[in-house]
Amino acid sequence: MKVTLKIWRQKDGNAQGSFGTYQMDDVSGDMSFFEMLDLLNESLVMKNEEPVAFDHDCREGICGTCGVVINGRAHGPLRGVTTCQLHMRSYKDGDTIVIEPWRATAFPLIKDLIVDRRAFDNIMSAGGYVSINAGGAQDANATPIPKANADEAMDAASCIGCGACVASCKNSSAMLFLSAKVSQLALLPQGKVERKERALNMIAAMDEENFGGCTNTGACEVECPKEISLVHIARLNREYLRASLA
Amino acid sequence: MNWFFNFFDSSIGKKIQMALTGLMLCAFLIIHLIGNLVLFAGSEAFNGYVGALSSLKPVVRAIEVILALIFIGHVINAIRLTLENWRSTEKKYKVNGAGETSSLPSRTMGVTGSIIFIFLVVHLSTIWWQFQVQHGGGHFYDIVMSANIGFGNVLITILYIVAMFLLGFHLRHGFQSAFQTFGIRYNKYGTFIEWVSAIFWLLIPLGFVSIPIYFGLLKGGF
Repeated sequence: MKVTLKIWRQKDGNAQGSFGTYQMDDVSGDMSFFEMLDLLNESLVMKNEEPVAFDHDCREGICGTCGVVINGRAHGPLRGVTTCQLHMRSYKDGDTIVIEPWRATAFPLIKDLIVDRRAFDNIMSAGGYVSINAGGAQDANATPIPKANADEAMDAASCIGCGACVASCKNSSAMLFLSAKVSQLALLPQGKVERKERALNMIAAMDEENFGGCTNTGACEVECPKEISLVHIARLNREYLRASLA
Repeated sequence: MNWFFNFFDSSIGKKIQMALTGLMLCAFLIIHLIGNLVLFAGSEAFNGYVGALSSLKPVVRAIEVILALIFIGHVINAIRLTLENWRSTEKKYKVNGAGETSSLPSRTMGVTGSIIFIFLVVHLSTIWWQFQVQHGGGHFYDIVMSANIGFGNVLITILYIVAMFLLGFHLRHGFQSAFQTFGIRYNKYGTFIEWVSAIFWLLIPLGFVSIPIYFGLLKGGF
């Protein structure tokens, strides 16, 4: 099939960017989105032009490295799918595909479609871990965890930190990301020990970055490739109330 | 007291401010609507009702001051949040898919809120103000129906209906959003909150709108 690509090109963070238009004449529906971009880059290199810079690593939807906004949708049109797991069969012959980087003040642009997501690392280093000594491996039954809690902690832990929540939020809020991290640990006995400090410190760290406020529009939940639920933001709010008032 | 200011100053604290003040204003809407519906009982009943409120002036004034503070808190916090959110989203998308991922009321809280604010300024400077300067006159019903500032004026009537429609739009997102902010989001309460929410975004605005529609458009005859 033939598709027209409009891709955001920007040399570096300070340069003036603009859209580059590329005609792709031989795209197969079985190609992944990135294989299609690889094809484009090969042709650009052959023509001695600068290839399009985009972030990617595992290409199997688990590392959280990739992510672009495609026709206004973070990670493309499908639900629960990262950009690398999107295939060209989602598009039809003659489509124009507009590809833009994550747009958020907290994620400054590095080049083309690559943004700097260090703000997430700063939030994580403020408390996204368990620092108590857990000792040697215990018997699995020594610390009983209700199945429902284990399941929900696992759902929260599936957050890969790609930043689609920030990219899709009209306020560029990082609340869904933060809530997944806080939720995951607040639900488990090892994490409960530091839940108060964790909630307050991680929220304070988020507020120091340039993220916006959450207005509960729910766009993040729709765009999250791991389908992290707004239930976790509700839990984060409860953790904040508990840590501040109790 | 430091913890108190810190609590309300974080990103989640500002959400809690919006939710708290918003729900308090929702509670006021119920009381206001009940009072308005007395209009259907006729001029004597309405004048008697407002007259009774006027005789409780100190109490009413105290409530009005508290209400004004809540309202100003809601507005100032909203302006502050909006400015902060603008700074976080300086760069815009060429293609914006927000229409596919979030509801229109949730994305337009600032716009609907601003128009409701304009309505409120008009409402206070006309009806409310005339009620205050009517010492002992007791012609409150006539003020509401007046051709000048009341439902005898077609422009005022239309502004009122539009404002109430937007109020419903504002509360479609606002009311249930407040519960999310307080962390109340469990499957077992979800449907219940949706139903209670409908009282605020549907029934209450309909109740308010029934008055200009009946007295302004149907009975007024234009």
